[in-house]
Amino acid sequence: MRNQRSIFKNIDWVTISIYLALVFIGWISIYAAVYNEENSAIFDVSQRYGSQLIWMIFAFIIAFVILLLDGNFFTSFAIPIYGLLMLILVAVLLFGVTVNGATSWFEIGRVKIQPAEFAKFATVLALAKYLSMPNIRIKEFKTKVIATTIIAIPALLILMQNDTGSTLTYVAFIFLLYREGLSGNILFLGVLAILVFVLTLVFGATSMILFGFIIFLLLYAATKYDLKITVFTTLAIISFLIFNTYFEIKDSFIFFGITLILFSIFLFIFTNKKLKDKGSHYLGIFIFVVSCAYIYSIDFAFNKVLKEHQRTRITVLLGEEDQLIKQIKTLEFKMNEETFSQEQKLVIKTDLKTKKESLKELQQGNGWNIKQSLIAIGSGGFTGKGFLQGTQTKFNFVPEQSTDFIFCTIGEEWGFLGTSFVILLYMALFLRIIFIAEKQRSTFSRIYGYGVASILFIHFIVNIGMTIGLVPVIGIPLPFISYGGSSLWSFTILLFIFIKLDSERLFVLR
Amino acid sequence: MNNFTNRKYIIGAIFISIGLIFLIRLINIQLINNKYKLDSDSNVLRVITQYPARGLVYDRKGVLLVYNEAAYDLMLIPRQLKEIDTNAFCKLFELTKEEFIEKLTKIKNYSTYKPSVFEKELSTEAYANIQDQLYKFPGFFIETRTLRSYPNKNAAHLLGYIGEVTPGIIEKDNYYKSGDYIGKSGIELAYEDLLRGKRGVKKVMVDVHNREKGRYLNGTEDTLSISGKTLHTGIDIDLQTYGELLMQNKIGSIVAIEPSSGEILCLVSSPSYNPNMLVGREVRKNYPILSKDSLNPLFNRATMAQYPPGSIFKTIQALIAMQEGVITENTGFSCLKNLVGCHNHPSATDVASSIKMSCNPYYFQVFKKIIQQNKAKSIYKDSEIGLAEWSKRVKKFGFGGTLQTDIPGVKNGLVPGVEFYNKWYGEGRWAFSTIFSLSIGQGELGVIPIQMANLAAIIANKGFYYSPHIIKRVDEKATIPDMFKQKNYVGVDAKYFEPIIDGMHRVTSEAGGTARRAKIEGIEVCGKTGTAQNPHGEDHSVFIAFAPKDNPKIAIAVYVENAGFGGTWAAPIASLMMEKYLTDSISNKIKEQRILEANLMNVTPKK
Repeated sequence: MRNQRSIFKNIDWVTISIYLALVFIGWISIYAAVYNEENSAIFDVSQRYGSQLIWMIFAFIIAFVILLLDGNFFTSFAIPIYGLLMLILVAVLLFGVTVNGATSWFEIGRVKIQPAEFAKFATVLALAKYLSMPNIRIKEFKTKVIATTIIAIPALLILMQNDTGSTLTYVAFIFLLYREGLSGNILFLGVLAILVFVLTLVFGATSMILFGFIIFLLLYAATKYDLKITVFTTLAIISFLIFNTYFEIKDSFIFFGITLILFSIFLFIFTNKKLKDKGSHYLGIFIFVVSCAYIYSIDFAFNKVLKEHQRTRITVLLGEEDQLIKQIKTLEFKMNEETFSQEQKLVIKTDLKTKKESLKELQQGNGWNIKQSLIAIGSGGFTGKGFLQGTQTKFNFVPEQSTDFIFCTIGEEWGFLGTSFVILLYMALFLRIIFIAEKQRSTFSRIYGYGVASILFIHFIVNIGMTIGLVPVIGIPLPFISYGGSSLWSFTILLFIFIKLDSERLFVLR
Repeated sequence: MNNFTNRKYIIGAIFISIGLIFLIRLINIQLINNKYKLDSDSNVLRVITQYPARGLVYDRKGVLLVYNEAAYDLMLIPRQLKEIDTNAFCKLFELTKEEFIEKLTKIKNYSTYKPSVFEKELSTEAYANIQDQLYKFPGFFIETRTLRSYPNKNAAHLLGYIGEVTPGIIEKDNYYKSGDYIGKSGIELAYEDLLRGKRGVKKVMVDVHNREKGRYLNGTEDTLSISGKTLHTGIDIDLQTYGELLMQNKIGSIVAIEPSSGEILCLVSSPSYNPNMLVGREVRKNYPILSKDSLNPLFNRATMAQYPPGSIFKTIQALIAMQEGVITENTGFSCLKNLVGCHNHPSATDVASSIKMSCNPYYFQVFKKIIQQNKAKSIYKDSEIGLAEWSKRVKKFGFGGTLQTDIPGVKNGLVPGVEFYNKWYGEGRWAFSTIFSLSIGQGELGVIPIQMANLAAIIANKGFYYSPHIIKRVDEKATIPDMFKQKNYVGVDAKYFEPIIDGMHRVTSEAGGTARRAKIEGIEVCGKTGTAQNPHGEDHSVFIAFAPKDNPKIAIAVYVENAGFGGTWAAPIASLMMEKYLTDSISNKIKEQRILEANLMNVTPKK
């Protein structure tokens, strides 16, 4: 039934074309990012673009080998592969070398291998294997526990390597689990929690709670059709508006955003029939209280739990530089005033010191990175500055330009044409993978497909989001484009296993 | 197979919406917002100013008066600062550790990646000292600039000095930028536009470490700096130096002019200072010392001090009277001491002898004839008509603010007119008897030493003058402003100057002349003494002169404060100056010795 001689016959050429396009764009961009006049030959292996070419050739060989293998190899050996990779992750903790504070590398000769990258496809394999077993239903508590464990083991091991960025990518599996039956509420609440987190940092806890309270009343009134409550609510809203004007909350966009989020929470609660039967207002009040607690805990966590550099990653995004400068000026003014006692001055002095350190971090550390990254992309304009003409790129204003900030090179030298083309390529890839995954008769293949899409998507959203200032600085690569053998190979393996599985969909029912 | 197939749409929608959010964000930062383009330029673009060399200044014989000396600023880019041996650094630059830290913090607060001046204007010697050590201190580097230098240490007031521009000037003239230098006085101020040259600009691209990476736009926006023009002046630095030497321990001034061109030969104001004192960072130390000095060495007496002219003014009175026809050159008046005080001498029988003997009553009567010409019945009205005409004529001699020159800040002086006295006494309440002190150059008259020298030049030229000026030519071309090339006639016919010149010659040559000390062997000197009454102390000693009598080469005015009779001090100083200029030697060493040794600074004020 199967035709061994034509392994290329049933493979999805659309996906492979997109893959090749992205890899090629990556290579060209790495060349531009590290280009200098002395070493301008693109095949020079002493330079990153030369090495990347070697990684690419190896990646193609790996892809070819995967296509040669029988798809059953992956289903059969999913768990052993997972186990092996977990052992390697432990080993890297013990014997690995440390680069940039993360102990996540094996050094073999002049080649460095990062096992955490390879753990991703192993985890997807294991998850697919487990969830595709007969009689496994994700609604069951036991299933959830086991699935979470499969995800958590590599995530924790990588966290122990002090590689927070790679750990965060495991959040991606929420999409996979959702597709396989995880309650939408969890996905929804997860997104909501992140949004409320950001908004609380922007507006402060008090504003958020007050605002939430008003929305609560508004919706309560709307559902009960009670005149008295409606009047009361209207008054409350007016007073809130006055409050906002008084405190000069100007950004109407964000204002609108909060409204939308809180409105959706309550809409969700009040339109749920099951809840209505049980007396929705009690639950409503309960949720409100929990929300308040959450909002306050954000305040606490942000100021007391997070480390300074983590805090600045977020404050940078929130554009608090100007605010900080203003605060420092006020404190300096206070320092020079006679009216304060020695003790008070001591307090002011320590406060001033921490604020100044934060500002320094903002301006020179991650703040600097984001600023330069935005300048690089923003200055590209519509058509870009031209290949090898990016001044931000050439003169090293953007750090980590061939790895995490590779998107800047594309943005600066190819402009909006380049960036939108890359984004469209990724969107096409993601949708194509979902499309193919849904065609699978085999559950394993489908789950694996969603795993691939989720992993690639989380890298896409975090990496590009970071370079355009929408996501805090988290150092993870842009799939297929960023420089690096480990990441290129692991993403290639991840993708090509799926292509192989898909090519057999007509013949095999797993 | 399962009931969640529709969730593919939700997941797909999430993917697409994130893609859309990214696209919208990219449209915003790449297409709509222009800020990033500007930021990108300012990241890489460094505009390096190319400072032109300021123009040189020469004297009339080609002696260099002002040139530029290299100075070295120690610069620092804090970002590039590595761990250095602070002790060694402090030792090298003679700093304490506290000073070092203080400077460093100040610079860091300004900017960490832009270069700032750490230490200003190191001398060539200091630079040589540190040059080979500097590599040990990355982040520090040397930027060369120029300072003015004055090899002769003289003519401070004439040459002036330069200093940093004030915010007021920057606001008015957009050529200047903060930190630029500009002429503050003297030639440096007067010829600022010629001397400063034109700044050039070099635009380069730098990388993140501020290292130069090549020309911006291939240098198409660069401009070359143009050096300042070379200025040749009419000053004779030897004469100037000699004048300053003669004026040591005296307060006053000497102004010498070449009558045939109006070129200023020397302009001595005493006490003076070494112009090198106001160069570079010395200014901060020396300026307060000079400005607090009770003798006011920064004050240019030659162009700013206003004095009564005394008897030298009699020459003008005689000229005006003859031109108006109220006397002839042979008119005599007897020396009536009841009119106005005088010394003992025979009565003057003509204009020449009146000049020779400087007879006060003679000029009382001459002035009376000028003022009261019986043109009106009322003596008040008559005086008004007379004074109006007189003051108009006096002003033609360059007094009272009509004299033009290229020296900045020359004071006007005062020639009182009708309005002045009307204001002072009330209209119709003054007449000749009120204002007769003007006849002998006293009273309300105020003249400036440079105006007196100009008067000597007018007499030497027999009726005209060229506006006194420092400039002789710019670069090698004789491009001086037209105002310095045109003759200014004073409205008195040349023939009336003959008796004046004759009298002035006799002042120095004949027995009974008031300034025999001004006589020079072999040269016919014409001079006129003045002893200006000074209500605050001893009289001022004044002398104007020119020589030789025929074809005069130099006209001079000497004013020595509180030195008494004009013939005693001012006259011999003037004669020494003229002899020095004309023969380049001094025949009468005793005369010179007497002047050099004289200290007229602490003359006890007259009670």
